[in-house]
Amino acid sequence: MSQESSTSLRTPLGRVRGLGAAKSGTDHFWKSRVTAVANVPLTISFVVIMLMLSKRDYAGAVKLVGQPLVAILLLLFIGSATYHMRLGMQVIIEDYVHSEGRKIALLMLNTFFAIAVGLASAYAILKIGFAG
Amino acid sequence: MARTGPAERPLSPHLQIYKPSITMVMSILHRITGAALFFGTLLLVIALVALASGSSAYGTVQAIYGSIPGKLVLFGYCWALFHHMCGGIRHFVWDTGAGLERGTRMKLAWGTLFASLGLTVLAFAAYLAG
Repeated sequence: MSQESSTSLRTPLGRVRGLGAAKSGTDHFWKSRVTAVANVPLTISFVVIMLMLSKRDYAGAVKLVGQPLVAILLLLFIGSATYHMRLGMQVIIEDYVHSEGRKIALLMLNTFFAIAVGLASAYAILKIGFAG
Repeated sequence: MARTGPAERPLSPHLQIYKPSITMVMSILHRITGAALFFGTLLLVIALVALASGSSAYGTVQAIYGSIPGKLVLFGYCWALFHHMCGGIRHFVWDTGAGLERGTRMKLAWGTLFASLGLTVLAFAAYLAG
């Protein structure tokens, strides 16, 4: 670092801010890791819930998803997973789509899709939960 | 790289020039499973919205998801979920700076594959056992 300070072209203020050329620093990386850590136990609980669901008819499924613990785990999974997948798809788009217009359009679609999936799932879970 | 017209400077070699290695295949699979899971969330939202809509909507979803092609898709979704999860755990190890040596990263790559397949078989066995 001391070596860098004497040879780097970066300004001292730029180095202190640590945000780099994209102006967001490690924000994207960090959010992707935080949601990834959350996703590990939530994914396992999600698969277990889906396995339980596969053995039930409509009434049994409504009853299962309506249980507070199940509903909360599903809501946490949906929130963390849709946030994580939006970050991941953003990187894929930025890697492969270079035309500026298409890139911006796809990045917007990515956000719309993630929010729509997350919100629709959450609405469905809450409706089932509050109806019971 | 995506500028239109031929590049006038040397470009770095890309995937097709390298001999496939297990770490490379796992890296590609991590991205592919991630992208698949992105669209796979549609399977979840459709089932949940159908469940919230009523018994006839849910019955339709059950019939489609319970068919042979439906089950195959769900099986693939389950594997993609576990594979991306195991690949993610491998990335946590690398984030600490550990496990990047040749031997270790090969073991981690194979471990990711076997763990994801093992977990999927486990889930399938649990499904069959009911």
